[in-house]
Amino acid sequence: MWDYTDKVKEHFSHPRNVGLIEEPDGVGEVGSLACGDALKLTFKLDDDGRIADVKFQTFGCASAIASSSALTEIIKGMTLDEAEKVTNKDIAEYLGGLPEQKMHCSVMGREALEAAIRNYRTGQTGTRELEGKVVCTCFGVTDSEIERIVRDNNLSSVEDVTNYCKAGGGCGGCREEIAKIISAVRGEPIEVEQPQPQPKRITNIQRINLIEETIEREIRPRLRQDGGDIELVDVEGNRVLVSFRKACAQCPAAPFTMKEIVEAPLRQFVSQDIVVEEVKP
Amino acid sequence: MRNVYLDNNATTMVAPEVRDAMAPFFEELWGNPSSIHTFGGQVKQYVDEARAGVAALIGADPSEIVFTGCGSESDNMALRGAVEAAGGYPHIITTRVEHPAVMTVCRYLGDRGSKLTELRVDSEGRLDLDELQDSIGSDTDIISIMWANNETGVIFPVEEIAEIVKQAGCVMHTDAVQMVGKMPVDVKETSVDLLSLSGHKLHAPKGVGALYVRKGTKVNPLILGGHQEGGKRAGTENVPYIVGLGRACELAAENMEEERVRVKAMRDRLEEGILASCPDVHVNGDRDNRLPNTLNVGFEFIEGEAILLMLDEVGIAASSGSACTSGSLEPSHVMRAMGVPFTAAHGSIRFSLSRYNTDDDVSHTLEHLPRIVNRLRELSPFVKD
Repeated sequence: MWDYTDKVKEHFSHPRNVGLIEEPDGVGEVGSLACGDALKLTFKLDDDGRIADVKFQTFGCASAIASSSALTEIIKGMTLDEAEKVTNKDIAEYLGGLPEQKMHCSVMGREALEAAIRNYRTGQTGTRELEGKVVCTCFGVTDSEIERIVRDNNLSSVEDVTNYCKAGGGCGGCREEIAKIISAVRGEPIEVEQPQPQPKRITNIQRINLIEETIEREIRPRLRQDGGDIELVDVEGNRVLVSFRKACAQCPAAPFTMKEIVEAPLRQFVSQDIVVEEVKP
Repeated sequence: MRNVYLDNNATTMVAPEVRDAMAPFFEELWGNPSSIHTFGGQVKQYVDEARAGVAALIGADPSEIVFTGCGSESDNMALRGAVEAAGGYPHIITTRVEHPAVMTVCRYLGDRGSKLTELRVDSEGRLDLDELQDSIGSDTDIISIMWANNETGVIFPVEEIAEIVKQAGCVMHTDAVQMVGKMPVDVKETSVDLLSLSGHKLHAPKGVGALYVRKGTKVNPLILGGHQEGGKRAGTENVPYIVGLGRACELAAENMEEERVRVKAMRDRLEEGILASCPDVHVNGDRDNRLPNTLNVGFEFIEGEAILLMLDEVGIAASSGSACTSGSLEPSHVMRAMGVPFTAAHGSIRFSLSRYNTDDDVSHTLEHLPRIVNRLRELSPFVKD
């Protein structure tokens, strides 16, 4: 049972500002169904440039819904310059705190707000821009995001980072890299536990055979169900290059397919550090 | 507030008859059954009676029952004890949908040198017995396949599997924690060598379980330091709980028909009611081979923890394979093994009933659930008008 504050429970049971604004000034969308939480934020400004109305739609757990509701209450009436300074900590504090493992819900709120402000200012689509280099491929979290979260929340361990932004919470292959980022931000060394057993040593030929077997047994049947297919193009170290065929080639859900249906089984059955990349034929 | 408990695969209410049977062992009969004096020694007969009660429920001989502290201990003892008795690190075959008490132990043994095969399941949660047959090699020693799945209630054909295992000359363990007490189990009719069961899943208290060890099957003890349980599990017997488990097994045998008829009828009404009143839902798991008390439903576009908390507000207790409820970031390994897309796995809810549920409980749930699902879908960015 999660130890939610009364304020979290109250905002979950009676969320404020639910819905979508027609013809909004800014739209921000973060997360996805696959990740387990997602937030769509829309706002409208008044003549003084203040947020006159803001609405949200959230897919997620109680703390995700409460964090979204809190965010809308916090930023209502703010100018965009003021809203821009709102951090995930402000959202968590507004709710009287969140369980550590749920802090990523407050980060999602801040990210949606940033995306919506960027959308207003630049007209770019309101989805989150990936800044920097992707560190956690399971949840698509970059080094600059991790740096910011460590700095904003004064985090000191890899577990903290996972709680706040999910990075490192999937296959765990990036935990060492996350520790390096924390060390760099804090200017002190961080020890990282390696819960994953060391992969057994296999030759390159065995590795390629194992990848082919896994594609044949685990991946291809599922793609064929939807009229698609996949081809193994090359293997370079831990990079597996594939090309989608038939229905998969034009499928808008291809990034999801790549992560869930292609990369996950290869990591499970071949090696935790595999990164799959699509090459266009 | 009304309390509707639909989480019986997690734990069950202690039956009043079980509680009553245990009480004397906290009051006057608190001696040590190993003692030579009458005060202690007289307690031994009650442990023996309890052993007979457990054995009768699964068709075993009382000498084949080892009392343990819980189902997880039974699983640990079966696997680690059998591996140690076999010597070296034999090839182990299991499935991808086992309870962590089996899966974690198998992977632990795998890390230490055992070759480990985890059999796949299809989208309905079913095994392919040909794959099992093909996986068995000359180095295979132990096969551990659960009888019924805790999340979906899917029942594996353990009798048929045990026959394949016997032909191959391997040791067959089954985690029957969810099966025993809900469906008939008769070890005389199968070639299962080791079978785990747990007290608190069948209306005994938490803190007691048992392992069935077929005569002649070699299993080393996990706990050394005493002659108790025929030297298979040291430690002074937890007499009150053992007595409770024995009584619970007797009651389970008496109520088996009810579980399979009345409980199933309630479960089916709940299932039909949900499918009729909520769009975009599906049942997870093979509906034809399933425990009579279990229903696992996936609600699209909404998240499990949010559903559970809203159910909790109206007094309904259920559970979810959603990532958020456990604090992990990925949904249950069972849903993933079945290939349930992440999008639907996050919204999966398990309802599990017992003979203490009533038709009113089902009505109460059906009255509130559609409203809750609608409410959360109004909040969801993925629902299009």
